[in-house]
Amino acid sequence: MGNVFKYGDDVNTDVLFPGKYTYTAMEPAEMAQHALEDLDPQFAKRVQPGDIIVGGKNFGCGSSREQAVQAPKYAGITAVIAESFARIYYRNCINSGLPALVLPGAARALANGDEAEVDLAVGIVRTSKGEFGFSPFPPEVQAILDAGGLIEYLRERFAK
Amino acid sequence: MAKTFSEKIFSNKAGRDVHAGEIVTLEPDHILTHDNTAAILKKLPEIGATKLRYPERAIVVLDHVTPAADSKHATNHKSIREFVAAHGIHHFYDVGFGVCHQVMVEEGFAYPGRLILGSDSHTTTAGAVGTFAAGIGRTETAGVWVTGGLWLRCPETMRVSFKDKLRSCATAKDVALTAIGRIGADGALYRAVEFCSEIIGQFSIADRMVLCNLAAEMGAKNGYFPPDETVAGFLGETSGDFSHLHSDPDAQYVEELAFDLSEIEPVAAAPHAVDNIHPVRGLAGKRIDQALIGTCTNGRIEDLRLAARVLDGRTVASHVRLLVFPASAEVYREALDEGIVRTLLDAGAVWMNPGCGPCLGAHEGALAPGDVCISTANRNFKGRMGHPDSEIYLASPATVAASAIAGEIASPEEYF
Repeated sequence: MGNVFKYGDDVNTDVLFPGKYTYTAMEPAEMAQHALEDLDPQFAKRVQPGDIIVGGKNFGCGSSREQAVQAPKYAGITAVIAESFARIYYRNCINSGLPALVLPGAARALANGDEAEVDLAVGIVRTSKGEFGFSPFPPEVQAILDAGGLIEYLRERFAK
Repeated sequence: MAKTFSEKIFSNKAGRDVHAGEIVTLEPDHILTHDNTAAILKKLPEIGATKLRYPERAIVVLDHVTPAADSKHATNHKSIREFVAAHGIHHFYDVGFGVCHQVMVEEGFAYPGRLILGSDSHTTTAGAVGTFAAGIGRTETAGVWVTGGLWLRCPETMRVSFKDKLRSCATAKDVALTAIGRIGADGALYRAVEFCSEIIGQFSIADRMVLCNLAAEMGAKNGYFPPDETVAGFLGETSGDFSHLHSDPDAQYVEELAFDLSEIEPVAAAPHAVDNIHPVRGLAGKRIDQALIGTCTNGRIEDLRLAARVLDGRTVASHVRLLVFPASAEVYREALDEGIVRTLLDAGAVWMNPGCGPCLGAHEGALAPGDVCISTANRNFKGRMGHPDSEIYLASPATVAASAIAGEIASPEEYF
């Protein structure tokens, strides 16, 4: 299981990935270094592959910038769980192949120090605070997640 | 079954009845990108696609860091110019033309009943003329380029109605901020927001653009005014009737909110959240270092007129930098013709080029540690305009102008 990084309500894209880097940091490793920089300066140093971000309400509000999803993904995050997501952030997660789960119960229960893992096939999040089930994604969305993201999904389509 | 505005547009595009909650793949009439075109174009080879499905639907506007602040931005801009030439994208607006959301309306891309998507969260602004307009991410924008379509969930609709009239010192910005303060930054999450006023003509197109722009800060998917005679007049189609696009009388709203405009007073969003709303009178006396008038929220001629009314014959406080960014070259021309350029210059303002300016903290007036800025923009998140230890207050052009004179946050009421 991965470690939980827990944050509050209305976490915005500027603190997830500062705007001043949006047109300069283009490479995954460089983007990962700036992940959550103005929210949790320790995040980029402490995050391990398989870790999970847990947020409150309206997670990812603000800009449409995709780096706010990709930077933590490149840093090792494998899923984001929240009470609710800002809508473009939610779309960017799906399109980047990063499962975004609206699970208010899990989001409220989990804290820093907890562990969690997401089983998409079964539709369950296993955590040190118990198990939380979720409904399957709509087929259009699941197909993108299954491919590993929209780029991969479209690549399969254009290769035909 | 009765339909909302959004359900009607989704149904028209899908070629079948679509209702809120359904996911459908739709082809937008236009797809908007800006400086982020440089990143999006790199996704085509990743996808394995070599061309745009409909190059005539793509609109590219350079506005975010224009003119280029350094060689990295310049290189991005160059790659965009080469890309639009190679792919036959004719709707390309280079440095200085205007802010992309202003261009969408000014150039007539935004039109009643159209579906517009854009790789920018404030794409919602085009709802002012009765367009279904929503922001999307970069990768899916590349997907729209190469396939022509995208999966979208038809939103539930929330109705925000206004009665009575605004006092002269209060503006559409104060209305929008008051609404955000009441419902919160996630108060319209995933929803369409339908704005309507009982007094016909209460809100100009500029006012509607402010409200639809800030619908994004309520979490909304799209915001819109049902297209009416104000829109028809703006489009020069005075006989135009767009009532078939209006929500049916018995359409389902998920929530209804009402505001009495006569009770709205000048307000501001205090650091570091857009829903941290306070009456300007309660914030008065807070010293400021910078004042900004412009952006996709408030850089139109109506906003500059309001600023000129306050600043005419007065002087910006000596410790304050007042930066003015017209939303487009067309707005700049009007300001020049109306004498507003001279009025603001004489007051001590710095006229900047049309564009986003320091709204996203990249250039042209970024903030130092400890700096306090009052701005007509739409976001005041920590670090948004530069250093994370700076502070941003969001307010109307009248409040920003009054504060620039006072050197501290000040209500514009005495000027009206």
